[in-house]
Amino acid sequence: MESSSKYLQNAVDALSSLPGIGRKTAMRLALHILNRSEEEVADFANAVAEMKAHIQFCKKCFNLSDGELCAVCSSPKRDRNMLCVVEDIRDIIAIEATHQYFGRYHVLGGVISPMDGIGPSDLHIEELLVRVKDENITEILMALSTTLEGDTTSYYLSKRLSEFGITLTTIARGVSVGDNLEYADEITLGKSIVHRVPYETSINSQN
Amino acid sequence: MIYRKAGIRFICVQIEQVHLKSLELLEFKNVEATKLDFSSKINCFTGLNGSGKTNLMDAIYYLSFCKSFLNPTDAHSVRHGEKHCMIQGLYDLNKKTERISISIRKGQKKIVRRNKKDYEKLVDHIGLLPLVLVSPTDVNLISEGSAERRKYLDGILSQFDSKFLAHLVQYGRSLTQRNALLKYFAAERHFDRDSIEVWDKALLEHGLPIHEKRSELCAQILPYFQEYYKRISGEREEVGLEYKSGLDETSFEDLLENHLDRDLALRYTSQGIHRDDLQFSIGGHPIRRFGSQGQQKSYLLALKLAQFAYLKEGRKRDPILLLDDLFDKLDSGRIKNLLELLNGTEFGQVFISDTDHARLKGLLDGIEAEVQYFSVEDGKVEKI
Ligand SMILES: [Zn+2]
Repeated sequence: MESSSKYLQNAVDALSSLPGIGRKTAMRLALHILNRSEEEVADFANAVAEMKAHIQFCKKCFNLSDGELCAVCSSPKRDRNMLCVVEDIRDIIAIEATHQYFGRYHVLGGVISPMDGIGPSDLHIEELLVRVKDENITEILMALSTTLEGDTTSYYLSKRLSEFGITLTTIARGVSVGDNLEYADEITLGKSIVHRVPYETSINSQN
Repeated sequence: MIYRKAGIRFICVQIEQVHLKSLELLEFKNVEATKLDFSSKINCFTGLNGSGKTNLMDAIYYLSFCKSFLNPTDAHSVRHGEKHCMIQGLYDLNKKTERISISIRKGQKKIVRRNKKDYEKLVDHIGLLPLVLVSPTDVNLISEGSAERRKYLDGILSQFDSKFLAHLVQYGRSLTQRNALLKYFAAERHFDRDSIEVWDKALLEHGLPIHEKRSELCAQILPYFQEYYKRISGEREEVGLEYKSGLDETSFEDLLENHLDRDLALRYTSQGIHRDDLQFSIGGHPIRRFGSQGQQKSYLLALKLAQFAYLKEGRKRDPILLLDDLFDKLDSGRIKNLLELLNGTEFGQVFISDTDHARLKGLLDGIEAEVQYFSVEDGKVEKI
């Protein structure tokens, strides 16, 4: 799709580099933006640039954050003795949407998968162990996906955490959360957080 | 089915009758548009090699498994030069008519319908119309490596049990992960016990149920198999069928533990149910080396008939039996024994293909069951 303007072409190229945006959609979006006021477009571009410039990872839990600590970690209302371990930030968004979880989080940044070159040292596992030691954690809810790799990572964590004598729980298995928390609906996910089960029981009841 | 009635337990085993009443084909491989009506007992397709008789068998196979036993790609089932093909079967399932149709369009997902309703998932259809295929390629079970025999066992079990299939998939993935880790350890000259143990646990979790189900299956089909072998071959020689696994003697846990050093050196997992085998024997010796061609053929046939009995018992439904081009390598004495067996009430509807009409007709002459003959020539099928 050749256009008469080099500037339009550049904008279309930029937009179509986003996931899920084809060239036709990119052209439609670019023409739409062109029809907005100069001020609106400046705000739009600014919002994107500011997001990139200011967002950082929370130094405690690796959630997205505007400062050193994220909104969850710095909130006085959140239970300081409980952690929920998730794979990535999208899981936090899904769990927060349920309004059923009141503890804090720890983002691993993935799951163990040797065939993808991801071992325990590539995840934020050591940081988790430090937090358990330093922050007087009493319960960890493991909310990893129910894939082979997610299950294996939960098991690995349970081994590493066993020496601390804390309660390990997991999202109730009977309530299917699907492969990814992201796709579980809010009510189902909320219920499975409320009815979380001790980790050991969940392993034994699988067969 | 188990009923509880006034404290007494009745076990009621009723086998549902299944047969294909008619088959309609449109642009399917080299077969000309046709509609065929079948006998509920024995049906014969005769024609030269390449005439299309095996394609008719394949169409019937398609209706049970939603796929071809000849071509892995659906598009190859569409007649050359056409874009679309259709297979439709009318079945009598326990006195009720079921209409199954499969529509294949090149470049699109195939559609399988039951009584005009599309299946969302094809697996939901598997098992509705149990079927056992006997084909010349069965000989691979004897001549090829152990993978072929494991695939055979796993195929039977997966049809029954979606949980088994899930274990199989997860076991394969756990194995790939463990092997990737072994390679990583070798490349990095590093070893971490916890990291390997989590994959050992995954192998145990999915491998133990697979081992158990395979052992059960072999134990269950063995008596049928030995009985059928005797009846087909007329021999007194004892045939054996034994599932051999490293897990028979040592626990899987210990096997993995004892071979860890070796696995690290090999960079792959040397122990587990992915190394198991099925041992075929005659008179206590491996059939591959000690069985004549006739004995091997009878052996495979008996195995397939035992699979039939197992399927029937599990599904409580008569499977359809397809015998593709099998008669070539069996002598007429054995064929006679086989046909007498198939004529009995243990077997339901049978489809047979052969190159020689006169020979087949001669062999079936003494059979009292209703036999329907079809000649196949250059894709044209005609009732005789
Ligand atoms: Zn945080």
